[in-house]
Amino acid sequence: MTAVAKPGSRIDAMAIGTIIAAGAFYAVWGAANATDRAFSIQMWTALVAFLAGALMLFFYIGQDRAEPPTRYENGVIKAGVVASMFWGIAGFLVGVVIAAQLAFPNIFYFEDFGWLNFGRLRPLHTNAVIFAFGGNVLIATSFYVVQRTCRARLAGGLWPWFVFWGFQLVIVLAGTGYLLGITQGREYAELPWYTDIWLTIVWVAYLLVFLGTIWKRQEKHIYVANWFYLAFIVTIAMLHIINNLAIPVSFSGWFSYSLFSGVQDALTQWWYGHNAVGFFLTAGFLGIMYYFIPKQADRPVYSYRLSIIHFWALIFLYIWAGPHHLHYTALPQWAQTLGATFSIMLWMPSWGGMINGLMTLSGAWDKLRTDPVLRMLVVSVAFYGMSTFEGPVMSIRAVNSLSHYTDWTIGHVHSGALGWVGFVSFGALYCLTPWLWKKKQVSHALVEWHFWLSTIGIVLYITSMWVAGIMQGLMWRAYNEFGFLEYSFVESVEAMHLYYIIRAGGGLLFLLGALIMAYNLWRTATSKEPALERPRDVPAAGAPVAAE
Amino acid sequence: MWNFHKWFERHTLILLIGILVVVSIGGLVQITPLFFIESTIERVEGVRPYTPLELAGRQVYIREGCYTCHSQMIRPLRDEVERYGHYSLAAESMYDHPFQWGSKRTGPDLARVGGRYSDEWHRAHLLDPRSVVPESVMPPYAFLANADLNMSRMGDHLRVNRMLSVPYTDEQLANAVVDARAQANPLDDHAFDFTQRYPTALQRDFDGNPGRVTEMDALIAYLQMLGTGVDFETYQAEAPENRR
Repeated sequence: MTAVAKPGSRIDAMAIGTIIAAGAFYAVWGAANATDRAFSIQMWTALVAFLAGALMLFFYIGQDRAEPPTRYENGVIKAGVVASMFWGIAGFLVGVVIAAQLAFPNIFYFEDFGWLNFGRLRPLHTNAVIFAFGGNVLIATSFYVVQRTCRARLAGGLWPWFVFWGFQLVIVLAGTGYLLGITQGREYAELPWYTDIWLTIVWVAYLLVFLGTIWKRQEKHIYVANWFYLAFIVTIAMLHIINNLAIPVSFSGWFSYSLFSGVQDALTQWWYGHNAVGFFLTAGFLGIMYYFIPKQADRPVYSYRLSIIHFWALIFLYIWAGPHHLHYTALPQWAQTLGATFSIMLWMPSWGGMINGLMTLSGAWDKLRTDPVLRMLVVSVAFYGMSTFEGPVMSIRAVNSLSHYTDWTIGHVHSGALGWVGFVSFGALYCLTPWLWKKKQVSHALVEWHFWLSTIGIVLYITSMWVAGIMQGLMWRAYNEFGFLEYSFVESVEAMHLYYIIRAGGGLLFLLGALIMAYNLWRTATSKEPALERPRDVPAAGAPVAAE
Repeated sequence: MWNFHKWFERHTLILLIGILVVVSIGGLVQITPLFFIESTIERVEGVRPYTPLELAGRQVYIREGCYTCHSQMIRPLRDEVERYGHYSLAAESMYDHPFQWGSKRTGPDLARVGGRYSDEWHRAHLLDPRSVVPESVMPPYAFLANADLNMSRMGDHLRVNRMLSVPYTDEQLANAVVDARAQANPLDDHAFDFTQRYPTALQRDFDGNPGRVTEMDALIAYLQMLGTGVDFETYQAEAPENRR
């Protein structure tokens, strides 16, 4: 591709340069005409980022000239591993802070620093862990997996680097924006209109790099992990664009009004919101499961046919599940029923996928005792099974009438987010670091510490939220003997105190585990001991690639 | 049959198109009808567009992330109706770009908080929530009382809403800033004109500081109108035209 083209004919560098120049131009114009201070700060941030981007562009062009292209592009994946770890810790830390705010409001709120209030930090936490941590893990692992399973170098020359740094800019603009109060007020879609546009540009580049690499493949078949990655990238693009349709009040200000209102807006948002779970936090990470578990266990994927059913059933059913977030609301009941029905049906492909992941260990179960990295990956799949059972249960109207609006939902989300997404990501990063830096294994003793601290943290988190959520739901609907409501609302708030403390403790343990992990990865990457085994640059052994 | 799947595995474009088709169906079936069926586009008497001050207050509400802890959607369950008031109608959020129904009640539902507490209570509560509700876990919002409301683009805010078919009149558009000041000050020169343009809106000095129009004024004005539009003394939930 372009990486081997002669200097002077670098279309990728020219195109990226043009985008950077256009972005910088808009940032200057925006900063000069800003209708409010927050927008002006965002534009200055963007300008600095674009200037840094221009410098990096020259750096990468020079580097490409100096070195012949390697078999695989590994640099951008290494950067992705570092970024994942960094944003992960940042996101977990903010989570612990907001958990502490709810447990100890007198200590963790500051009258003079309104920007540290729960309402601004909560979107910062959710976006940091989902999009900054999860997104970087997905981009890095997808770039790794697609190259190995296609036996092709990443397509697009410098474009993968554009995707990486462009995505970091999205994160920085989003994070600083939330602190400044810049938000669309839509859960998990809080990004303002201009960051949405920038993310769209980055995402299309990501899709093209991924597709381009598949097109160059030297394998006849596209490996199953890539189906999941592709579904994740394409569907997120669709959801992101439609859910964020909005008209800005001014092109030099951050506020915009969404195209839809009321009921239509609610369903569009939860169609997006639930499929951010379905495609970002599930399909993408299933791609990780389908590559890293077979690889680390050194066994083929359990069933090829099950993976086909798993894939198509999962992506078809997930899209329908959004309305279960809107039970008993002003949304028509037929839509609520459809959402619940499909949520319950979704249980089947979810467990089909879980079985496919777990049974991949057939004949290698003993490795769970000796390989804590593999254990982390496998436990993540177990958590996946648990939360994809809990989800359908909570989507039943009668259950939902109790669980909705309570902390049970928060607990459910975290059993999926900490247990499934967190652990499968940690497992992948533990695998990737020695593979990419071509060093010896990560310290198993430290992985053990990480594993147990985090697992205990998750258990504390989800059990306390079950108790808290069910208690809230029951208190809200309790009647006394005279037929009056038994509790005032604030009594239910007071009853949460202990559970909020336990939850914060659980989150703290999880954060502690991640810090140990960061140290472990850093120690591995900088160690002097090279890898004993040959670099794992071949496609997954025994992968179900052929149908014939 | 399994052999058939090789088409998807060997051709990137077929796989891509297959994915797009499969993930489009659910959304099309569920979302599209909402723009046409009666129960989701009905109009109910009493629901009106926000005044400029309320709209600005709503912007503060969004900016501070109030939706992360407060819902604005009362479900038709006995305890909710008794605790918060009549269940929420679709029409009551028809001018909400975006909707703010929320998903979590760390604090109580606010769909009908309007008129439940005095302005003084809201002020004290926002300045220091635990001064009036000792068990509260809500953050303090004292800085709102010291922040002058940014009114530079108020007309544009209304204009964009009108583009999205919120029925503001030309007169309302032209007087957005005047109306915002007049709503927060009953002694304003344009106080009467404001009541002509928004006959059902409240008009008071919401933040107890008559000299300035602050973000506190805007937020309290917004909170005090929430859920007050429809008169449920006369609204017939069981009437045929409301049972769609």
